[in-house]
Amino acid sequence: MKKYKPYLLLILVLIADVILFFINRDLGFKVAVNTGNHILQMLAVLPPIFILIGLLDVWVPREQFMRFMGEKSGAVGISLSILLGAAAAGPLYAAFPLAAIMIQKGVKFSNVLIFLGAWSTMKIPMVLFEITTLGSQFALTRWVISVVGIIVMALLISRIIPKTEQIEIYARHATP
Amino acid sequence: MFEIILYILAISFLVYSFLRDRKKTKMALINAWKAFENIMPALLGVLTLIGLVLTILSPKVITAVLGQNTGIWGMFLTSLIGAITLIPAFVAFPMAASLLTGGAGIMQIAVFVSTLTMVGTVTAPLEAKYFGWKVTVLRNGFAYLFSFIAAIIIGMVLR
Repeated sequence: MKKYKPYLLLILVLIADVILFFINRDLGFKVAVNTGNHILQMLAVLPPIFILIGLLDVWVPREQFMRFMGEKSGAVGISLSILLGAAAAGPLYAAFPLAAIMIQKGVKFSNVLIFLGAWSTMKIPMVLFEITTLGSQFALTRWVISVVGIIVMALLISRIIPKTEQIEIYARHATP
Repeated sequence: MFEIILYILAISFLVYSFLRDRKKTKMALINAWKAFENIMPALLGVLTLIGLVLTILSPKVITAVLGQNTGIWGMFLTSLIGAITLIPAFVAFPMAASLLTGGAGIMQIAVFVSTLTMVGTVTAPLEAKYFGWKVTVLRNGFAYLFSFIAAIIIGMVLR
């Protein structure tokens, strides 16, 4: 039974898909096509990210991460987290494994959250596209507000989550 | 385009790493594969969920909702759609732009863009697998509230 647990969501959605197919054949076909497209898109984005994670893991020592982004990294750590997140490309779910390796390397919890926040809404490629479609005033205002918001939210969350629970999360990602 | 840069980056680092230390590079690739294998089931689940949700909430349906609703109620509706769906920016931004020129409210569009990028309801199971449910709920919940604040400020600045 335990073997199937990771696939629970997949199985539930597939059951829903099959039910939908019998209710509305057209919509069912569309779901199949869209799902296929999303999986292909994922397969296109993830390989370089996981290769970078693997290389980061063996080449950059934990001490380097801790020095620049660890508990005592202060403003440098915050700036680096924003830079790393903003330089990214790809959907947010691609950032999760990178955040996991940051945790494994001893990056401060609030900095990991700042990295995730910057990745989600401040990515440079995305902002450039936002400027061309929605205008520079819209995009830049949103970007500036986001910098402030992301830092405040990250600090709040790392205050709310007790240290003991943070240690648990870090233990979960520790190298065996 | 940026995916290509990512590939170039990854491949050049990989080649460099291979030239410097074959054993370490092999270990890096094994670790990369393990990390990928570990998250694969949850990722497949989330991607099929996105496939299902996005088909039902198609850009056509979203356009209809986003274009017609104004005021606080409209912001609430568009924020919900932004939080649930996961549309790539290259589809969502032009859509939002055409809605703006079509007369949709700036705050409704702003709350949509922020929730769309920052809040991920369908990807929450994956996020929770990495960081636990408490962090996931807090991050998404705060991001959802923040999207309203950001939208109101954008609405005031761009008036």
